[in-house]
Amino acid sequence: MSAPVTSPAGAPQDGSAPVPDAAPDEGDRSARVGPAVGRGRRRAARWLTVGLGVALAVLTVVSGMTGQVPVSPAEVLGSLAHHLGLDWGPMPSHPQGENALWVVRFPRVVLAIVVGAALACSGALMQGVFGNPLAEPGVIGVSSGAAVGACAVIVTAGALVPGTWVAAAAFLGGLVTTFVVYALARAGGRTEVVTLVLTGIAVNAFAGGMLAFFTFVADPAAREQIVFWQLGSLGGATWKSVSIVLPIAAVGVTGAMLVRRRMDLLALGERAAQHLGVDVERLRQLVIVLVALLVSAGVAFTGIIAFVGLVVPHLVRMVCGPSHRTLIPASVLGGAVVLLAADLLARNAVANVELPLGMITSLVGGPFFFYLLRRTRSRQGGWA
Amino acid sequence: MSDLRHEGSSFLGSLRAAVTGARRRSRLPGPSAPGEVVTAARGVSLTLGAAPILRDVSVDVRAGELRALLGPNGAGKSSLLAVLTGDLDAEAGDVVVDGRALGAWTPTELALRRSVMLQHVSLSFPFTAVDVVRMGRSPWRGTPFESEDDVAVAEAMAATDVEHLADRHFTSLSGGEKARVALARVLAQRTALLLLDEPTAALDLKHQELVLQLARAHAAAGGAVVVVVHDLSLAAAYADQATVLARGRVVADGAPRDVLTAELLTDVYDYPVEIVDHPGGGAPIVLPRR
Repeated sequence: MSAPVTSPAGAPQDGSAPVPDAAPDEGDRSARVGPAVGRGRRRAARWLTVGLGVALAVLTVVSGMTGQVPVSPAEVLGSLAHHLGLDWGPMPSHPQGENALWVVRFPRVVLAIVVGAALACSGALMQGVFGNPLAEPGVIGVSSGAAVGACAVIVTAGALVPGTWVAAAAFLGGLVTTFVVYALARAGGRTEVVTLVLTGIAVNAFAGGMLAFFTFVADPAAREQIVFWQLGSLGGATWKSVSIVLPIAAVGVTGAMLVRRRMDLLALGERAAQHLGVDVERLRQLVIVLVALLVSAGVAFTGIIAFVGLVVPHLVRMVCGPSHRTLIPASVLGGAVVLLAADLLARNAVANVELPLGMITSLVGGPFFFYLLRRTRSRQGGWA
Repeated sequence: MSDLRHEGSSFLGSLRAAVTGARRRSRLPGPSAPGEVVTAARGVSLTLGAAPILRDVSVDVRAGELRALLGPNGAGKSSLLAVLTGDLDAEAGDVVVDGRALGAWTPTELALRRSVMLQHVSLSFPFTAVDVVRMGRSPWRGTPFESEDDVAVAEAMAATDVEHLADRHFTSLSGGEKARVALARVLAQRTALLLLDEPTAALDLKHQELVLQLARAHAAAGGAVVVVVHDLSLAAAYADQATVLARGRVVADGAPRDVLTAELLTDVYDYPVEIVDHPGGGAPIVLPRR
């Protein structure tokens, strides 16, 4: 009982790590009334990128230090340098230090970075293609859909099924769900908030039923894996899982970077975007595939980690405006920072107990979702 | 020219086009001679659900003219515009743009030839007004005309009187301000053909006049404009040509002075209408009989 009580208090400090970085830029927003908004936003974007880069580096070192085997910051950097072929800095003094870093902690750090980046990027893409700021893989059920795909494979092929199969099944589940939600929730080129949220409820309910069914029929080993899936955790990180997730996420992020200029035009609505020369049909099919790729990368080995895709793009928009040219790359960085920070919290909030990561992101993200919902409702049509 | 289309036919070509947004070389528009047909609908019919919306409609839009599309609500004005833009596919008849069938152009190539202002302007995210106007330049990316971007945006914003709104969030603007920013976006696109669906609906008296003066000037400079308006006096004052639609058919087509007769309008609007000569000798004024 005490564990869940302490974490929400601790969560805002660490779970929303980019906020302190964003704070200096908030000062720039006072200049927004002036004529230099465009320049101010660009400057904010640059500062945000630098801030997030620094935060990512610091969090990587801190994650390397933290755990049962003590490793000093200099030793973390030294070990990293040695593996890059540089004879620089001290190696870990603890006999298990090197192992702790390279077998346990670094795969986890890399997986956190990749998964966080993939989830935030998918959220930004989804909000753009739905024309709705509340779209998010967890909220509208795409994560659950991917989870159903993965669990179906785990149950039918047993708990020792190869990771690539799980990832492929998660991709298929995510793709089908994204298409279904897209087809159901849209009318006239955009998605009303109410329709989107209701569709999310329906999809999540159905996916929940499927997951319950799989939990019911599964043998104990598979059942354990399914439960772990629904909580969301980076505990199972290995270099093998990284090697499967990283290329998928890389393809997704690269695709997102290539289409990001045209995503801005979709904000005008489909007809207007088409009038400006965007092949809307083709673009949205491509984006849906990218979203499914990114979500499957985001859940295949870590389970459902909700709200990262919602919170991160919104914080980025608040700092440097809605243009996807900056939104996509900044969300990728921001997602990595947020998930790395959240995982650090999950590992250390309670001594000797690892909290589920998905629980932490939901405890922070849920209230944020409420806040956004209120804000969007109070200014109809004005998605700020 | 035809080799450009071949590039997109292979799988890799279409994949690359999907990713890069068909940024292969577009056929750039050339100048049109005055009086040349810029776009045309020929024998177009359209049915939505069970209701016939357009029946055998033909319209030619020529370089140098400002054509008003007139008619009561539900007459098919917006639908005709949607057929001309390619948003709706006609069941029968052809649409021609710049000498070719509509379908022979890529979306980008069409965007280099005609810009469209829709009746309802919405925006999903809080871009600033100047960001929105700048979106009008996107079809020109990768062409030699990209260098005109800043000038085109500045000129369009000056012309529509929205410079002071540049840094406001589009979503926070009033209806009329939004309409003018949307028009600035359309002008910044710098196409020969402008298709404007009720651009004056939300505007005050001054800006209504301003918008039609802009349209007039665009036509005088060799462009072509199709504008849907409900204010018949405004149309009479500014349009070179008027097309009157009723129940999906063209019922009159010609110079406003010839087309806008009391009998025709009374019949079309199903309400008594009278035409009054302007005391100063200007364009006729159309009034409902009160």
